[in-house]
Amino acid sequence: MHIPDGYLSPQTFVPLYVASFVFWAVALKKLKKELSAKYIPYLAMAAAFSFLIMMFNVPIPGGTTGHAVGAGIIAILLGPWAAVLAISVVLIIQAVVFGDGGITAIGANCFNMAVVMPFVSYWVFKLVKGAANSGVRFYAAAFLAGYIGLSFSAILTGFEFGIQPMIASTPDGKPLYAPYPLSIAVPAMAIEHMLVFGIVEGIITASILKYFVKNESELVYATKEV
Amino acid sequence: MTKFQKKLWIGLLIMALLTPLGIFLPEKFKSGDAWGEWGTDKLKEFLGYVPEGLEKLADFWKAPVPDYNFGGESAAFSTQVISYIISGVIGIAVAVMVIYLITKFLVKHEK
Repeated sequence: MHIPDGYLSPQTFVPLYVASFVFWAVALKKLKKELSAKYIPYLAMAAAFSFLIMMFNVPIPGGTTGHAVGAGIIAILLGPWAAVLAISVVLIIQAVVFGDGGITAIGANCFNMAVVMPFVSYWVFKLVKGAANSGVRFYAAAFLAGYIGLSFSAILTGFEFGIQPMIASTPDGKPLYAPYPLSIAVPAMAIEHMLVFGIVEGIITASILKYFVKNESELVYATKEV
Repeated sequence: MTKFQKKLWIGLLIMALLTPLGIFLPEKFKSGDAWGEWGTDKLKEFLGYVPEGLEKLADFWKAPVPDYNFGGESAAFSTQVISYIISGVIGIAVAVMVIYLITKFLVKHEK
């Protein structure tokens, strides 16, 4: 889901940079106000975890690969704004040092995976779990948070790919950037993430939450906030 | 560092050692690139041409360690495996440093 350089037109990547900047600014402001010092080691570990989990490429035999992001579990444990910061830092390192995701696409990749995904996951979790703070409903909510968060983010990425031929083509109709239209890009991104990678993200989200509830339950952000 | 945090760090280090699974399994199951992350050579193969704007921007940045691989594209598989683990360790080290730097400016007093 790391969009490389060249796949997005400037008309797309510039606004997405602006959007990510706004969310970074708000995230820093929010964290300055509410982040307590005891969360800092966990924030660092969250970034480390997200970096590593994205290295585990999950294969679709004979097809493509994909990976989990960890945004769901980070948003549940540390809050969505903390997740915005942790995952953005990771995505920027991946682009700058490892060429994973483009430099021009940092805004887009951060918007998709570090902004939209943690918030969608967090809202899904709160909505599905209701008043439950344990039991089947609680962990089903965690699974769905990861599953829907990643799938939604993948569809958004597919949408960004898919609108490129409409935005920028040569006079004879050849696309200038990402070449596939919405009718190909969105289903391609949606199906592989909904059938495979989203399930991986969901299982990771629910199992890590279970581990934290067992060992350090007072840390979990999403069960504290009303 | 609390005992629980120590345990989590050990977990993360074990994860870093296991990252080569992320290149072994795709190799074993003959899975290619992630959708939409193809290089220009692959696109040429798919489309018969490389979109003009894409070609111009594709080499916008020369990453110091492209694809988490120190040995370049033709590196032996063992080099790739070792590179991948080292990349994971570098990645978490840099991420942790950046987070501590940012939060140093954010959180001034123990709350």
